[in-house]
Amino acid sequence: MEISRRSNDGPVSGMPLGDKLVDVVVVGAGVVGTAVARILSHQQLSVVLLEAGRDVGAATSKANTAILHTGFDATPGTLESRLVARGSTLLREYAPATGVSVEETGALLVAWDREQRSRLPGFVDKAVLNGYDACRLVDVDELYRLEPFLGTGALGALHVPDEHIIDPWSVSLAFATDAVANGCELRRQSPVTSLTRTPAGWSVATPTGAIECSWLVNAAGLHGDTIDGWVLGEPSFTIRPRRGELIVFDELARPLNNNVFLPVPTPTTNGVLVSPTVFGNVMLGPTADDIDDREATATTADGLSRLQVAGRRIVPKLLDEEVTSTYAGLRPATDQRDYQISLHVDHHYLALGGIRSTGLTSAMGIAEYALELLRDGGLNAQSKESTMAVTVPSLGQSAVRPWTTGAPIICHCERVTMGEVQAACRGPVPALNLDGVRRRTRALLGRCQGFNCLAEITAACPW
Amino acid sequence: MVSERPANVAIVGGGPAGLSCAIELKRLGADRVVVLEREAAAGGLPRHTNHVGFGLLDLRRVMTGPTYAARLVSAARERGVEVLTGTVVTGRNADRSLVLTGPNGLAVLPANQVVLATGVRERPRSARLIPGDRPAGIFTTGSLQRWQSAGLGPVGQRAVVVGAEHVSFSAAITLRHLGCHTVALVTPHDRHQSYPPLRWAARVAVFTNVSVAELIGKGRVEAVVLSDGRRIECDTVVFTADWIPEHALARTFGLAIDPGSRGPVVDADGRSSTPNVWAIGNLCHGAETADRCALEGRHTARALMSGKPWPALPPLPIEIDGSVVWAVRSSGGVVAQVANVRRGRLVAEANGVRVWTGRRRLLLPGRRLALPDLPVGSRLSVTR
Repeated sequence: MEISRRSNDGPVSGMPLGDKLVDVVVVGAGVVGTAVARILSHQQLSVVLLEAGRDVGAATSKANTAILHTGFDATPGTLESRLVARGSTLLREYAPATGVSVEETGALLVAWDREQRSRLPGFVDKAVLNGYDACRLVDVDELYRLEPFLGTGALGALHVPDEHIIDPWSVSLAFATDAVANGCELRRQSPVTSLTRTPAGWSVATPTGAIECSWLVNAAGLHGDTIDGWVLGEPSFTIRPRRGELIVFDELARPLNNNVFLPVPTPTTNGVLVSPTVFGNVMLGPTADDIDDREATATTADGLSRLQVAGRRIVPKLLDEEVTSTYAGLRPATDQRDYQISLHVDHHYLALGGIRSTGLTSAMGIAEYALELLRDGGLNAQSKESTMAVTVPSLGQSAVRPWTTGAPIICHCERVTMGEVQAACRGPVPALNLDGVRRRTRALLGRCQGFNCLAEITAACPW
Repeated sequence: MVSERPANVAIVGGGPAGLSCAIELKRLGADRVVVLEREAAAGGLPRHTNHVGFGLLDLRRVMTGPTYAARLVSAARERGVEVLTGTVVTGRNADRSLVLTGPNGLAVLPANQVVLATGVRERPRSARLIPGDRPAGIFTTGSLQRWQSAGLGPVGQRAVVVGAEHVSFSAAITLRHLGCHTVALVTPHDRHQSYPPLRWAARVAVFTNVSVAELIGKGRVEAVVLSDGRRIECDTVVFTADWIPEHALARTFGLAIDPGSRGPVVDADGRSSTPNVWAIGNLCHGAETADRCALEGRHTARALMSGKPWPALPPLPIEIDGSVVWAVRSSGGVVAQVANVRRGRLVAEANGVRVWTGRRRLLLPGRRLALPDLPVGSRLSVTR
């Protein structure tokens, strides 16, 4: 078991492992859990962040479509609408300051039939209700001028200039590193095995020891309803996993689109998007299939073939390029449309459930709101006088990366240096397996998928 | 940024094609010949293919891949070729100089002639769109053989090898050296496409007319499901062959690309669509043997030193029908790949006239089919 913490960095440092008493335990180190742990670590609180898996942001959060949303198409008046708008503002400040790569692409909501086109003006009004007023209708001539590789038959589009793309992995990593640097204890490979009510709050049992806490925050994503049921006796929401399969195309496909191509959402069909990534690839997806199995992160023949059919229509030339990778992610959807965020003062418990693909954008807004709720519930959370700022390596194509200085490259497809791989295995939140190295450096994620460098990178890692 | 002393010829890629080209250029009296190799050592893929089968055609004696690679590297050094390892070419300026990054940082290398010899890789599982999770235990022959040469130890107990070409048997041999039992080679064709001796040496079962439909396993491979519904328990899967040229640099340079082979379109001497840029070896046709690539490199060196003026028109692709997967010119003639195992002959027609007729024989996918150079506008197909 690896406990990653810097010494002398916060009020809880030096506490022994095993049974301990802390102010808050956050369950789940996805993008939401890490964001909450980060903001709590900036208060005069002792915080433990528990993660069942081997890494932060390694379940739902890693398989995100990587768009930094504006929230233009959220349902006005919902919590999601408010928190996406707020989270978006906060993340747009935090990402560049921390090194998380963002590319200001913009998005086009492309109408492929007259019915879709007739609904575009409605999105302009909806965006205004969501507090966003920069949407603009684009006619068919301008559309093809902007995007010459778009498939034929588009009738117009809505341009949303502030839908940007972001490095999704580094967001969770930055939040977790920030939290740890400010005294939060991160315990990975520590699934919650049981919860016991105590006079002061909760006793949280994990394979790495039990933790006594005053407050429990549930950011357990796909397993959020399980934790919720343990706390409340009866879960207040039910997770219905929605699988999204994606195909990532070679960097040579990158010139094929300038903007993110979004589908016009309809009540009956789930369209797919074609989006550049900050790593210089093009992503096609996701499918959206409601399933029962919370572990079913396998791609399917049917899903991949549906994506190809959809992609051929949106950007026909895309399908002529090589596929770099395919993957599937599970979104923790619920039977409700909105986020399921609720404070249970009597139970000393805060539930952050049902947070789907917008969670990457809204996480900092959710964290701010969570702190507010916990304070309302009686948690004495005073801000620290000073906090540690952290940075993470910038992995985007637009960043100046170490290979440009002549450092020896170990992964040629993605131009990752030996030093970057070694650094990923050190630091406050080190990689514990190859997947962790992949997300921290881009190594092994390129077109050869390890044909050239799997052995050398495996040999360079300490485990 | 450092500006290097100009080179007469800069060769990108230090495998058998690039090194052999460089050696021949020096032998014919070229002044400064520089080989730019992105890896820490030159020699190319044979460096990691630790069994015999190399050198016969090129050096007239059989040796292992690493020995063959070492021979080429030392011959290049002896001839005065400058081999710069750890050096990556990232682009080409309008003045034709190459942009490099290497041990000394960024640099610019002016070069009169550029030869691309960037080689080939096997399509990974993802590019073959095989559904399933992303468990550990998945290799290509390339990653497997590098695993062995890095001394990383066992890979697993039971393997399925996808493909039944020469390289697939090579993978099975490597698996045996690593103590892993190969349960089966799996091919969509009627039979394997290698030599009987190689098949014998690998001593493995070949499942024909079947492909891998799905990978089972989350943390680690547990099984594969075949297209006929059979499930094979295994903890290791090696995806072999299904070659794709390492064409990123060629495309960055703006070279015309053959839609079939996905390598640059070249003439029968290796001239690309861009003046003073040549392309040789498996970049043009994945994948020929290392020996063939070496012979090609030599052929192009002679063409380059002949000083013949660059043709006014760019080379044109060879047309094909569905019976041929691709057909490309490369140093010395034309090579083609057929789509299916079939007894028949290759024929070429131009403007409705038969311009070449091949011998009737068993045609195997994944195997070299060499033809003489064909006239412009030729269309290649398989007939009975």
